[in-house]
Amino acid sequence: MNRLNKLFASGKSRLLSIYFTAGYPALNTTVAIAEALEKAGVDFLEIGFPYSDPVADGPTIQHSSQKALEKGMTLARLFEELKDIRKKVNIPILLMGYVNPMVQYGVERFCKKAADVGVDGIIVPDLPMYEYEQLYAKYFAENKLSNIFLVTPQTSEERIRKIDSLSNSFIYLLSSSSITGKNLQVSNAIEDYYKRVKDMHLDNPAIIGFGITGQETFNKACEYARGAIVGSAFVKFLGTENYLERMPEFIRSIRS
Amino acid sequence: MKYGVNEQGYYGDFGGAYIPEMLYPNIEELRQQYLNILHDPGFKAEFDQLLKDYVGRPSPLYHAKRYSEKYGANIFFKREDLNHTGSHKINNAIGQILLAIRLGKKRIIAETGAGQHGVATATVCALKGIECVVYMGEVDMERQAPNVARMKMLGAKVVPATSGSKTLKDATNEAMRDWINNPVDTHYIIGSVVGPYPYPEMVAQFQSIISLEAKKQLKEQTGNELPDYVMACVGGGSNAMGMFYHFLDDESVKLMAVEAAGQGVDSGHSAATTFLGKEGVLHGSRTILMQTDDGQVVEPYSISAGLDYPGIGPQHAHLYKIKRAHYVNATDDEALKAGLLCCQLEGIIPAIETAHALAYLEKMQFKKDDNVVICISGRGDKDLNTYIKYFNF
Repeated sequence: MNRLNKLFASGKSRLLSIYFTAGYPALNTTVAIAEALEKAGVDFLEIGFPYSDPVADGPTIQHSSQKALEKGMTLARLFEELKDIRKKVNIPILLMGYVNPMVQYGVERFCKKAADVGVDGIIVPDLPMYEYEQLYAKYFAENKLSNIFLVTPQTSEERIRKIDSLSNSFIYLLSSSSITGKNLQVSNAIEDYYKRVKDMHLDNPAIIGFGITGQETFNKACEYARGAIVGSAFVKFLGTENYLERMPEFIRSIRS
Repeated sequence: MKYGVNEQGYYGDFGGAYIPEMLYPNIEELRQQYLNILHDPGFKAEFDQLLKDYVGRPSPLYHAKRYSEKYGANIFFKREDLNHTGSHKINNAIGQILLAIRLGKKRIIAETGAGQHGVATATVCALKGIECVVYMGEVDMERQAPNVARMKMLGAKVVPATSGSKTLKDATNEAMRDWINNPVDTHYIIGSVVGPYPYPEMVAQFQSIISLEAKKQLKEQTGNELPDYVMACVGGGSNAMGMFYHFLDDESVKLMAVEAAGQGVDSGHSAATTFLGKEGVLHGSRTILMQTDDGQVVEPYSISAGLDYPGIGPQHAHLYKIKRAHYVNATDDEALKAGLLCCQLEGIIPAIETAHALAYLEKMQFKKDDNVVICISGRGDKDLNTYIKYFNF
């Protein structure tokens, strides 16, 4: 069991996860941001490793990725920043990014290094299921890393069941088919979809992400899932002054 | 076909469908339906009819006599520049609009570099009365302004891509984001043999009409359907793949793909992908792309907007790796001079993309009886400003 499995086994609900891009707003901020988030009560973290061509991301995360790359963030550098993070941060940590930087680093080496620094899971939106199963699943398993799959309102029931069978921590339920950072209006259609997935009684809990910006969207997600992920709204917040001091206030604006 | 795609969408080590889950239903729908639709007699009849009556196919195979004299071989031009809209891009756009209609799509998006694919897409959308949005790098909108105006006249909305290098790669990113946001009603007409499977295969099939005709025309003109050389320029590689397609299994035919070297392959301002690239994943397929050691995509450079792309289609990557085709390159200067030479020797103003293929003739060593087919992928009207500036006309 990795930390993620333990968290989900604990029965805790209304889980809040936060995404941020490593290297934004500056290099060497990753650990401090992670610590502040844990102190503010966040349940688990997604640390993005930046990519030059993030096709699933909207302007906010594109901008943070570009800035991070301009400052010199690389995978090697991120692992260096994370090497002592487990002395300070106890909540589960996922890495999130696109497949090409992983392939260049070497997926086997990437998985090993991630496990070494204390990472619990990986989210790679553009890594297809077929290639994951054929080429990479063994490296994830050897290093006790959970691979997180996405599900959208268009994903078929058959495919959701297949995803459930390949998952071993949680399923990342997208609130809508969209890139990151879109403002979500909770609609009947979205609720119907949340309910449809809930009624499938999957083995893995669902966590809802994309378009979670405040209490309303967070609370609605928690009616149907174990929790929710905030990404773009938090990355935007990191672009403001004194974000470390104001972290508890930001977190309260989502989950009070 | 020996060099064709396998069931998983791979050409050897390259291809596949590296897409976020949001695009999975769209790609899966295409994968399941495109072959049925392409083989449907009604589709074929409409496709053939439009290529004949609307595009003006078959495009001529022209024996370029003065070129033949100059280079000491029988040089034939496959005249895709004479197609309606001025390039080979219309072949694929016609195919995909008919496909999109049969899939029940109500809205079309496309990316464009030089604007030729954007114009072709805007054209077929006008023809069929379908909403059209074209993403184009801000830099490209400036250097290919006439094509921006043409797209607007044809009723398309042209959206500038303002991220990254503001060229073709970034326009492709924006088109993919649009598709993620509009997965149900929208079809994405990719303009080259790139993207997730089945796009590379589908676009290659729509463009394969080029080599199908060329084979027949060459037989009529020379008595032999097989040339010694086939040459084409490569950005993503759609005209080259169309020009190679029906010659791939004829191993005696030497295939030459000319990439854009920009200011020189070692200048740091280049788009010579096979020379500078490494294996990786770009725009949904495993291929060869220009990238840093950290896997970040490198901004390419070429004077030609249509070749200013950091990757190549996965089938090209495969043909390169197994050496079935030869990947070479020509610089901006070489291409512009070759473009002018073509005007003066043959009375044809080629697109600067095409001029890269022509430029490589200078480096070829032909035997007297060699038959050489070179794809004149597009005409140069859109590039007049660049030519004028370079030569001070």
